[in-house]
Amino acid sequence: MGFLAGKRALIVGLLSDRSIAYGIAAAMKREGAEIAFTYQKEKFQDRVRSLAAELGSNIVLPCDVGSDEQIEALFTALRQHWDKLDILVHSVAFVPKAALDGDYLDSVTRENFQIAHDISSYSFTALAKAAMPMIAGQNASLLTVSYLGAERTLPNYNVMGVAKASLEANVRYMSQSLGPKGIRVNAVSAGPIRTLAASGITGFDDLVRFNEKHAALRRSVTIEEVGNAAAFLCSDLASGITGEITYVDAGMNITAVGTID
Amino acid sequence: MSDIEQRVKKIVSEQLGANEADVKNESSFVDDLGADSLDTVELVMALEEEFDCEIPDEEAEKITTVQQAIDYVNANLK
Repeated sequence: MGFLAGKRALIVGLLSDRSIAYGIAAAMKREGAEIAFTYQKEKFQDRVRSLAAELGSNIVLPCDVGSDEQIEALFTALRQHWDKLDILVHSVAFVPKAALDGDYLDSVTRENFQIAHDISSYSFTALAKAAMPMIAGQNASLLTVSYLGAERTLPNYNVMGVAKASLEANVRYMSQSLGPKGIRVNAVSAGPIRTLAASGITGFDDLVRFNEKHAALRRSVTIEEVGNAAAFLCSDLASGITGEITYVDAGMNITAVGTID
Repeated sequence: MSDIEQRVKKIVSEQLGANEADVKNESSFVDDLGADSLDTVELVMALEEEFDCEIPDEEAEKITTVQQAIDYVNANLK
């Protein structure tokens, strides 16, 4: 029996079989969890539905995390399937592509700053608020996905790094808020992985190469590796862990310089 | 059919869920094979993996048919 047997997980942010959310879902399914998914827009419904089917799920619900009404509707719809929820996974980030290219001050605007923070950080909080009636008293665990750009700078990541810093602070404040109820909140900080979202970041291939050269393990990480850590953090095996940013990055975060030619 | 042509067609068929028989050299990913914008991004990623190459965004935008993908790989394969 898997270590998530009997758990029910809602995963927000699945878009492709390269998505980090896919790696997380696959690991959670392997460990025995039942999973529900969301799709952002109608045109993604078929795509997400067929991915969900691969993962043994037929619960696929609409939700644009930029809308409180849609988030409310998501949980209303989810309650038609499940009475309780044990795990909420938030694997969502967005900013207009122009913000992920070039100089930070040149590319950042009031508008893209707000969008980045709203969709990439606040949406985790919003989902948690709306999920409360279903997760209260469940020993529940919430998880989001971050990146080292929250703490250190790198070219082109720009306002997304600032939004990820907000997301990581959000993990800490949500942990304090929900801790007394026995609910845990954590993040995995993944090394760069070629996903659809990452394809919007200028110079991403060079970033991957840099990591493969300097990270302690001298390689990239996979969505399976991120998924395994995520499944662990959301399981009762991690019952003493909350407010934590767990790095699944082949050791890049401890590195200043990995190798000198 | 060249080896590269075969491999490109196999990937196109897998990524876009099309029968290999329907994947012709002149097929357009969007117009003939029903790809949406995400499919085309994924397709380029799959080609990069298969041929261990990197296709810059500005080049990727120009690859809209099976033949263009074959040509790109032929011209850029190390």
